[in-house]
Amino acid sequence: MAMQFTDQNFEQEVLKSDKPVLVDFWAVWCGPCQMMGPIVEELAEELKDKYKIGKMNVDENRETASKFGIMSIPTLIIFKGGEAVKQFVGVQAKENLKEELEKA
Amino acid sequence: MPDTIYDLIIIGAGPAGLAASIYASRYRINHLVIGKEPGGQAVEAHKVENWPGTKSISGFELTQNMREHAAGLGAEIVMDSISNISRGGDFFDVTAHTAQYKTKNIILALGMEYKKLSIPGEEEFKGRGVSYCPTCDAAFFGGKIVAVVGGGNSAASAAQLLAQYASKVYVIYRGEKLKVDPAYLENFSKNEKIEIIYNTNVREIKGNSNVERIILDKKYNDKDDLEVQGVFIEIGSEPGVELVKQLGVEADDQGFIIVNPDQSTNVAGIYAAGDATTGSNKLRQILTAAAEGAVAAASVYKKIQIS
Repeated sequence: MAMQFTDQNFEQEVLKSDKPVLVDFWAVWCGPCQMMGPIVEELAEELKDKYKIGKMNVDENRETASKFGIMSIPTLIIFKGGEAVKQFVGVQAKENLKEELEKA
Repeated sequence: MPDTIYDLIIIGAGPAGLAASIYASRYRINHLVIGKEPGGQAVEAHKVENWPGTKSISGFELTQNMREHAAGLGAEIVMDSISNISRGGDFFDVTAHTAQYKTKNIILALGMEYKKLSIPGEEEFKGRGVSYCPTCDAAFFGGKIVAVVGGGNSAASAAQLLAQYASKVYVIYRGEKLKVDPAYLENFSKNEKIEIIYNTNVREIKGNSNVERIILDKKYNDKDDLEVQGVFIEIGSEPGVELVKQLGVEADDQGFIIVNPDQSTNVAGIYAAGDATTGSNKLRQILTAAAEGAVAAASVYKKIQIS
């Protein structure tokens, strides 16, 4: 299952993670985000041994969203070694995300 | 690897593609649905209030229901994008990002893609002030100044939504008169936050890490730049048909796939349904897309029975 990232656990779970992390920034009011959700869930299940994959509700976690300048959702960011290494705006195909995670 | 040859591949998983699949399942047509965005553009509709039998439903929920309905009837639905379609003897070879498929018939349910302004800064600031989805992103612009580019109903609806959050909303339109429903005009005249700039194009979007201003092709209040933190581009959509040009599928001068009343195209075995076609008098509604999908599936069924 996809992890739930929050302002409170972001540093520990994302920035200090030893594996690359994919974070899906989303909100309930956003249709395309709702569409992205199941894709992220599937990725989390398939790739759970290699990567950490989870979601962050921007409405409930404004601090982190604003720190990373999120102004459009869904935005997905791949973090590695505490750095944002790749950012996607809008709905992404599962295979595309998988490829990018493998490159990270 | 065994080579499955499908009777039908439906390309697109919006209302047209999903309705086609529902009908195809009921006709027991061996088929596959391949879509890059489940639900298509309808997902972004805040409220759908003209789907008969359901007074009001979000676009996401309606298309999600359609997807569950199609899957529940046994449809195989793959989320992938198509890179090529070619004819290989009696079949079509459909190349997706991760796999290759063979099929005897195709229903193109490709839908529409947002038009871009194609100006400097548009791509660079996407997600950092440039947006194509007001329902997704309006809430990030609380207290900020934004511009909506466009002069139709989608621009008007964006401006109205944005005015709930932003401190100021400029609507920038290249024409002389907005092409919007009277209800919007009434709302605009009452809303002090909304200011309309006519006969003007945006030439460039500028900023550092985020959007800071736009450059106009004409002076407004003696200046040719305007300070804004957000730019919402609402200049309409065009059919997403790049993929099928090489197949020789005929389109009209606006790029819509020309279909016959049975949703067939000029290429045998290729049918088309939904917003990207010339069908349904180009009304381009969820309802008409679904109807065209049903007709296309019925035509494929008829063809299979005869052959």
